[in-house]
Amino acid sequence: MAFAHPLLTRHSVLPGFHLALGFTLLYLGLIVLIPLSAAFLKTATMSAPAFWDAVASPRVLASYRLTFGASLAAALINVLFGLVVAWVLVRYQFPARRMVDALVDLPFALPTAVAGIALTALYAKNGWIGAWLPFKVSYAPLGVFVALTFIGLPFVVRTVQPVLADLRGELEEAAATLGANRWQTFTRVILPVLTPALLTGFALAFARALGEYGSVIFIAGNMPMVSEITPLLIITKLEQYDYAGATAIAVVMLVVAFGLLLAINALQAWTRKRQGR
Amino acid sequence: MSTPAPAVPLAVLAPAHAGSAPRAMRGATTEPAAVKWLLIGVAIAFLTLFLFMPLAIVFVEALKKGFDAYVAAIAEPDARSAIGLTLLAAAIAVPLNLLFGIAAAWLIAKFEFRGKSVLLTLIDLPFSVSPVISGLIYVLVFGLQGWFGEWLRDHDLKVIFAVPGIVLATTFVTFPFVARELIPLMQAQGTEQEEAARVLGAGGWQIFRRVTLPNVKWALLYGVILCNARAMGEFGAVSVVSGHIRGQTNTMPLHIEILYNEYQFAAAFAVASLLALLALVTLVLKYGLEQRVKSEHEASVEPRESAG
Repeated sequence: MAFAHPLLTRHSVLPGFHLALGFTLLYLGLIVLIPLSAAFLKTATMSAPAFWDAVASPRVLASYRLTFGASLAAALINVLFGLVVAWVLVRYQFPARRMVDALVDLPFALPTAVAGIALTALYAKNGWIGAWLPFKVSYAPLGVFVALTFIGLPFVVRTVQPVLADLRGELEEAAATLGANRWQTFTRVILPVLTPALLTGFALAFARALGEYGSVIFIAGNMPMVSEITPLLIITKLEQYDYAGATAIAVVMLVVAFGLLLAINALQAWTRKRQGR
Repeated sequence: MSTPAPAVPLAVLAPAHAGSAPRAMRGATTEPAAVKWLLIGVAIAFLTLFLFMPLAIVFVEALKKGFDAYVAAIAEPDARSAIGLTLLAAAIAVPLNLLFGIAAAWLIAKFEFRGKSVLLTLIDLPFSVSPVISGLIYVLVFGLQGWFGEWLRDHDLKVIFAVPGIVLATTFVTFPFVARELIPLMQAQGTEQEEAARVLGAGGWQIFRRVTLPNVKWALLYGVILCNARAMGEFGAVSVVSGHIRGQTNTMPLHIEILYNEYQFAAAFAVASLLALLALVTLVLKYGLEQRVKSEHEASVEPRESAG
């Protein structure tokens, strides 16, 4: 009954291959691939100097510096504190541990606009936290870093947690038996096992931060050359009907994002291999 | 008769043995209490500054002008229409992506075909695209200067700066959610059960409804809940295609932005508190479902191990 399809590499008695393949490809094409290709095709109509002007003007370069710099700093902070949070959640018992564990995912569930106005109010000069700080956070580049730290918070915790939970106690016992103290065991035995997961979490948080818009625009102050992120610049160009300029910057960001996606896939494969799965 | 006699040395020895050796081990593979509580303190302080306080301030600011002002901010016509549009966008985007997730998972988990890993990467693409760019690409296709711009104008149809554009952008940003949850689970479960049902004469729909669906129902629900949370909260992509027409093309997040920029802080936080509540409900459901999804995964591993 079922006739072989040239794409199939193994015969299956199950029905629905053609229907599932057709619907998946049609939907993927209509919703994702065709619209995304529009960005690349639009840019292809630009002359090289016009493209270069659009993606490398001083204002755009300043926005790259801020976006990449703040994303990098936020992802690094999240590696450090994410490791501590994951460690504490896996290894220790303390009051309200399960509630804290569940709340770590809040940045995934809380809409970015809500996070944006909440962080702005909190870190403003008269805010709960801002009032105690001698320097400006809200409406300054530092605010971008705060928002991106919030957005990236769950990634490192959630990639490190399962690896830490799977870590076999024998390794640490062996290290202790061989005379290692607790710090040596951590740096020489535990940390190397966690490295792929830490790198994956870092890359995920960094990639997410690069494209983030909603939470940042409230807290950043959005001053050109100072606190203007690249996604905002795309919107600004759109509002000035500079579609080609907006799309050119978008293509630069898309290429970076796709490169990071491939890197993350490779890192995740490495993590799984290390875990022996 | 003599049963108590051997029981005595065992009862004395056993706890001594069980107690002393592991205790020595535990000392070597745990941190001193001071380090432990310092680490817990650092973790809680970090989470308080970046997580708990932002959540708390939403509700405090929302109720700052009293409960009546809070209710008024939510019941106001523009807010009500924003809530309606947010629900509408999610009500279209989530079922579409659910249908896609099931089709894609069936395809990838139940068949071996060329190009599968490329397809898997393509399904994940929307997660790595900036929300702003997700909106921009639809402007390039359906906007006035876009591919179909003139055709749409001639036929008096509007996608960009109208509801269809908002639905499309929402669908794009929530595209992978259900597929991401279903694919690894259905891959782990393999095809034996479905093949058995097929051999026994079940049709395609029967196999899916009676065999596959019961095995993945919690993962499916989990994906739908995450998809819905993102659909209702999306800001950047929707902002690009919305046109910000009050009472017509404003979703809840966009309405919050307008109120905030007009310095109506209490009203902005009041609408924001509804989305924060949605986030909390999502987290509670997510936490509860995680255990069930885990058991679905374990159930898929056991029969394979016993068979192999």
